[in-house]
Amino acid sequence: MKEFNHVIADPMGLHARPAGQMVKACAAFASKVTITAPTGTADAKRLMAVMRLAAKQGMELTFKVEGPDEEKAAAELQAFLAANL
Amino acid sequence: MIQGYGLPVFPGVAIGSSVVYRKAQRSLPVSCGEPAVEQAKFDAARETAREQLTALFEKAKVDIGEEQAAIMEVQLLMLEDLDYLDAVAAAIQGGEAAAIAALDCGEEFAQVFAAMDDEYMNARSADIRDMSHRIYDILCGNTGFQLPEGSFLLVAEDLAPSETIQLPRERILAFVTRQGSSSSHTAILARTLNIPSLVQSDIPLDVAEDCQVLAVDGFTGTWYADPDEETMKLLLEKQAQAAASRQALEAYRGKESISKSGKKVLLCANIGCAEDAVAAIAADAEGVGLMRSEFLYLGRDTLPTEDELFEAYKKVAEIMGHRPVVIRTLDIGADKQVSYMGLEQEENPALGLRGLRICLTREEIFRPQLRAIYRASAYGNLSMMFPMVASVWELKAAKALCARYRAELEAEGVATKDVPIGVMVETPAAAVLAEELAKEAAFFSVGTNDLTQYTLAVDRQNAKLGQFYDPYHPALLALLGHIAKAANDAGIWAGICGELGADPKMTETFLKMGYTELSMAPGRILEARKLVCESEV
Repeated sequence: MKEFNHVIADPMGLHARPAGQMVKACAAFASKVTITAPTGTADAKRLMAVMRLAAKQGMELTFKVEGPDEEKAAAELQAFLAANL
Repeated sequence: MIQGYGLPVFPGVAIGSSVVYRKAQRSLPVSCGEPAVEQAKFDAARETAREQLTALFEKAKVDIGEEQAAIMEVQLLMLEDLDYLDAVAAAIQGGEAAAIAALDCGEEFAQVFAAMDDEYMNARSADIRDMSHRIYDILCGNTGFQLPEGSFLLVAEDLAPSETIQLPRERILAFVTRQGSSSSHTAILARTLNIPSLVQSDIPLDVAEDCQVLAVDGFTGTWYADPDEETMKLLLEKQAQAAASRQALEAYRGKESISKSGKKVLLCANIGCAEDAVAAIAADAEGVGLMRSEFLYLGRDTLPTEDELFEAYKKVAEIMGHRPVVIRTLDIGADKQVSYMGLEQEENPALGLRGLRICLTREEIFRPQLRAIYRASAYGNLSMMFPMVASVWELKAAKALCARYRAELEAEGVATKDVPIGVMVETPAAAVLAEELAKEAAFFSVGTNDLTQYTLAVDRQNAKLGQFYDPYHPALLALLGHIAKAANDAGIWAGICGELGADPKMTETFLKMGYTELSMAPGRILEARKLVCESEV
C-alpha cells in the first residue's frame, strides 16, 4: 500500500472539473484509491462521492493506493495533483 | 360536415388533411417487468445522452466559451459516476422502470448536494438534475412535435414564434389557431408563405383531429370539417378563381412600380430569414423593407454568436444582390420573449424593456449584432434601423455604438461598407419628433402595428379590443402625414413596413403623403404594384 498527503492549492477547492479529471485518471488504475479528508472518506473512482468531500483550499487530503499497480498509480496521481490541484 | 369561423389572415382556399399541433407531452413509461430489458434501455439512453452532451460540449466550446463548456463536461462526468449507476441498477433490479430509476436516483443525489453546507456544491444539484432529466426525456421519447409525412392544414390552440420556426413550412397548407391575432406571428408567417389561414377560430381540436378532410376559406374566414359535395365544389371553384387572379397579376412581374402621374415607389418584402429572402425574390420584391432579426434569436437556448448572425445577414445580402435590404436590429421583449436573456417578467411588456432599450443597456447583445451587420455590409446593399426609438438621444447613442464597432472592425482589417441608419417610427414620440429625428436619420420606416397600438392605447394582442384597433383612425393618419412631410422636408426617404403597407385601401393615401417605399408580405407585392400602376395620384 502507498500512502501520501496532498494539500489543496486550487483557490476553488476540489471543484467538479478537477474532481472529474482525477476520477477519470484513477479509473484507469487497477488499484483501489481512497481519499480521506477531514470531511469524510471517499472512493476516488466515484465522482459524486469525491465531490461530497467538498474539499477546500488548504485542506489536507490523505490518499491510499492499494493494488497491483500501486507504485505507478501513486506516482501518476501525485503528479496530477501537483499540476492541477 | 361541421363548419365554423375564424379571423382570416390571408385570402385563398386550402383543402387537405389536418394535423393537430400538440405541445410535447411526456408519457410515463412503466417497467416491462424484465429488469435486464430495463437496464439495457437505460444503458442505451445513457449512450444517447453522452452523444448529446458531447455535441453540446463541443458547440459550447466554440460558441459560448469555456465556462458553459465546463458545465457540459461536468454532466458528462456525472453520467459515468459509479454511485449513480449503481443506484439506478439497484432500482431497476427492484422492479422500477428505467426512466423512473434514472429520474429518482438523480433526484436523490441532487438532494444530497442541495443539503451540503457548501454553496458551490449546492449549485451542482442542478447539474445532476439536468443530467438525469436528459436520460429521462430520452427514455420517454420526448422529442417534441413532428409533422407526419405529407402536406397538412395545421390546427393548434396557439403557436409560439419558437414553435412556428421549427415547422417544415413547405409542407403546411394552412394554419388554423384558436387563439392569436391578425398581427400574431402565425399570421405574419401565413402571409409570408401565402397560405390561407385563420386565427381566433372556433374549431374544436377533437373535430380537427377526427375529420378526414379539412377546408379553409381564407376569403370568408370559414372552416369546414369533412365538407359535403356541394361545399367542396364551391371551394374548388373558388380555389381555381384565386389561382386565376394570381395568374393575372403576373402581368405586373418585372415592371416598375410607378403611378400614372409618375410617382415612383419601391415595393419591398418583409422577411425574417434567408428562406424568406428567396420567397421575396420569387415574389418580385424590389428590396427588403424590413428584415426582422428576432427569428435568429428565438427557438434556441443561447444568444446567437456574431458569426451565426453574420452568416444569416450575408446570405440575405447575397440573395438580394443590388436590391436594398433594411435590417431592423433586435426587437425582443413584449410579445417575443427568450428565456436565455434573463429578462424579468414585466407587468406591462409592451411598454417595457424591449427593442433598442435592451440593446442600449446590454452590450453583449448589441455588439455582436452590429458587428455582424457591418461585416455582412460588404456583400450587398444593407441599411439598418432601430426599433422603439422615442428620443433623439437614443438614436445618437445607437449611432455612436455603430461608429465604434465599425472602427473596431476596420482596425481588425475587416472590410465594411457604409450602412445607412434609419429609425423605425413606431412610438408616437418618434412621430411627433420626426423633424428632429430626420436630422440624424438616413430614412424613416413606419411600423404601423405598434404605432397604432401606442397611439390608440389599444393592446394588439387582446382579441376583445379588435373593434377599437382602428388603423385608419384620424389621429394615426395625422401622424403618418406628419412623418412623411418631415422626411421629405429633410430630404430623406420614408416608407411603411407595418401591416398597413399592404392595405389596398391605403396605397393611394401613402403615395399622396409622400411615402416612397412600401414593405409587405412577399405575396402582396404584385397586387400592390397593380394598384400603384393604376393609380392616378
